[in-house]
Amino acid sequence: MTIAAGQVERTSEPPRLRVVPRLRVLVAHREILMNLVRKELKVKYTASVLGAIWSLLNPLVYLAVFSFVARVLGAGIPYFHVYLLSGLLGWNLFSSALTAGSRSVLDNANLVKKVAFPREILPLSAVGVALVDFLLQSVVLILFILLSGYGFHLPELVLWPLAFVTLLVVTVALAMWFAAVNVRYRDVGHLLGIALLVWFWATPIVYASYQVWDLAGDVEWLGIPRFAFYLLNPLASVVEGFHWALYGAEGAGTVLFDVSLGWLAGVLGIVLLASIALLRFTWGVFFNRSADFAEEL
Amino acid sequence: MAAPAISIAEVSKRFRVFREKPTTLKARLLTSRSRAEDFWALRDVTFDIAEGSTLGLIGHNGSGKTTLLKCVAGILRPSSGVVTQRGRLAALLELGAGFHPELTGRENVYLNASFLGLSRKGTDAAYQGIVDFAELEEFMDNQVKFYSSGMLVRLGFAVAVHVDPEVLLIDEVLAVGDEAFQAKCIDRVRTFQREGRTIVLVTHALDTVREICDRAVMLHRGQVHAIGSPDDVVREMRYVLLGQDEGFIPEEGTREAEIAGVEIVRANGSSDAHIPRGDPFTIVVDVVANEPIADLDADFQILDGSTNHPVLYGRASKAGAVIERFEGKKRVRFHVGAFPYRTGRYWVTIGLTSRDTGHAYHVQTQRYALEVVDAPAVQEQQEVPVRIEVEDR
Repeated sequence: MTIAAGQVERTSEPPRLRVVPRLRVLVAHREILMNLVRKELKVKYTASVLGAIWSLLNPLVYLAVFSFVARVLGAGIPYFHVYLLSGLLGWNLFSSALTAGSRSVLDNANLVKKVAFPREILPLSAVGVALVDFLLQSVVLILFILLSGYGFHLPELVLWPLAFVTLLVVTVALAMWFAAVNVRYRDVGHLLGIALLVWFWATPIVYASYQVWDLAGDVEWLGIPRFAFYLLNPLASVVEGFHWALYGAEGAGTVLFDVSLGWLAGVLGIVLLASIALLRFTWGVFFNRSADFAEEL
Repeated sequence: MAAPAISIAEVSKRFRVFREKPTTLKARLLTSRSRAEDFWALRDVTFDIAEGSTLGLIGHNGSGKTTLLKCVAGILRPSSGVVTQRGRLAALLELGAGFHPELTGRENVYLNASFLGLSRKGTDAAYQGIVDFAELEEFMDNQVKFYSSGMLVRLGFAVAVHVDPEVLLIDEVLAVGDEAFQAKCIDRVRTFQREGRTIVLVTHALDTVREICDRAVMLHRGQVHAIGSPDDVVREMRYVLLGQDEGFIPEEGTREAEIAGVEIVRANGSSDAHIPRGDPFTIVVDVVANEPIADLDADFQILDGSTNHPVLYGRASKAGAVIERFEGKKRVRFHVGAFPYRTGRYWVTIGLTSRDTGHAYHVQTQRYALEVVDAPAVQEQQEVPVRIEVEDR
C-alpha cells in the first residue's frame, strides 16, 4: 500500500483563540457536529417508547397547564395558545440547550479524553439537539396558528429571524461558558437549575408582557426608565420579539409592550450586538480551558 | 531526507495543580488563588519522528510520556511550542477509544470512524474488516455498555487500524486483551511497519520496545532524557529506574577481590548473550584478587527482566567449588544447563563475597544481561542442573 504523505498537515492549536481561523476549523469539522447531534438524539430517544413524541408533549402539557392557570387567574389573553407557544418554544430551546450544554463536556468525557476534535463542537451539539426539538415543536405551533384561524401577519413576522438569531447567539454564548466552567466546578449545574427557574419567570412567557410594561409605568431609576431594567434580561427582548412576530397583530399595546415595531427591532439589534460580544468572551474562556479538558475530566 | 511525520518543537505543557483542588464553587470561593501551583508536565521537548519509523516512548510514571502523546494526538493543547503532524492520525489511548455506552457497537464504529476522519462510505467499506478483526460479529448490535473491557479494546484497536491511518499512536493498550489478540495486534503493527507507516508506542513493557521499535525516547520529569536505539535507551531507562529504588546499589564492595570481566557464552561458543530457549550456557567470570584471600566465594543470580523476579541462583561453595586461598587471577565458570524460562530479557548479578562472613568484596547488581530467544512458552519451576568449577590461572 502506498501512502500519500503530506496530504493532511495538522499543527497543534495556538494557545489563544483567533476567531476567523478557528471558525474555519469548525466548519471543516461540521461532519462531526452532525454525527454528535445524531448520536445525542439517538441516545435520547432509543430507550423510550414514544421517542420524539416526548419533545412534542412538553409544549402541549405546558399549554394545558397554563391555560388552566390563566383561566383561574382571570388573565384573559385572546389566542392564549399562540401567545404562550410563540414565546415558550424559544425558551425551551434556550433552557434545554443550556442544561445539556453545561453537561456536554462532562458527559462526553470518553470522547474528550481519547479523540482530538474542536471541543466547541460539544456545546454546539447540545444547542443542535435543542434546535431539532425546537423545529419539531414549531410544527405544533404552526398547526395551532393555522388551525385556530389566527394565521400569520406581516410586517410583524419580519421580527422572527432577528429574534431567532439573537436567541441562538445568546444560547451558544452561555452554553460555552457553562460547559467550560462545569468541568472544574461541578456545582455550576445546580446553580444553572435554580437560575433557569428564576429566569423563566423573569421572562414574559406565561404572563402578558404588557403587565410588566404597565407596572413599570413612567417611573425612572437613576434617570433611566424602570422598564429598561426589565429588558436587561436578553431573553425578555428575544421572547418579546417572538411574541411580536407571531402575535403582534393581535396583542400590540394590549398584551404586548406598547412600543413600535421599529423600537423593538432596535432593542433586539442592541441585544444581538451585546450577545456577539458575550460570545466572543465566553468562547475565549472555553477555548483556553479546553486545552486541559482531557486532563481535568 | 523526507520531512518527518511528526515534528515536536519546544513543546511545554503546564498544568495548574491545586493543593486541594476545589471542585465546587463554594470550595473555590473559600480557597485563595495562591494555592494553585504550576506543574510542568513537559518542558521544551524537541524531537522529530521520521516517516515510516516506529518510536517507543518510555519513562516511569509521571514522566510526561502520556501527556506528550496526547499533545501529539491533539487531545491536549501544548502551553507553548508546536507539534506538526502529517497524514491521517489514529490514537489508541486507554480503554475503548471514545465509545458511547448507550450506542451499539455498530453505531459506535461509525461515530468513531468519523472522528478519525473517515466518511460514511469509507466506513461502510471498512466495516466488515473491523468486525472480523475484533471478532465481535454477534455483538455488534448490542449496546457497548454490555461489553467487557477486553471487547472494548478489541473494537477500539480494530477501528483504529482500519481507518487507514498514516500515523498510529498507541498507549499501553497492547497490555490488555488475551494473548491471542495481543499477538494479532503486534502482527498488525508489524504489517504497518512494513507498509511504511509511522507508529508511536507508549509502554512500560521495555521488551516490546526492544522488539518492535527502531528508535526510542525516554522522558524523565517532562524532559527528553535519552534518545537513540531502543537497546541503549532501555538500558538507560533501567538504570534511572533502579537508581530511584530505595536501597538499590548497582555496584558495591571493598574490592580486595574484583570482577575483572564477565562473559556469557553459549554451548556453540558464541558470546552474543542470545540464548535459544532450553539451551545451556556458561557465565564466565574473571576474578582478580589484589591481596591473598582465603574465603572468597562467587555467586550469580538471574532475574526475569519483565517481572524482576529471581529465576536462578548459584553459589560456588554450595556447589562444591570451594576457592582456596589465592592472590592474582582466577576464572569462575557457572555452567547453566538447559535454561527453560520464557523468551525475553534477563538480568545477571555477579557477586564476590566472603564464604565465612558474607562480606562483599565486589558485587555488580544486574549489570549484565542475557536474552532468551525463540521457544514455546513454559513457565513452571523446573530442575536446572548447575555445575560450577574453578581453575587456576
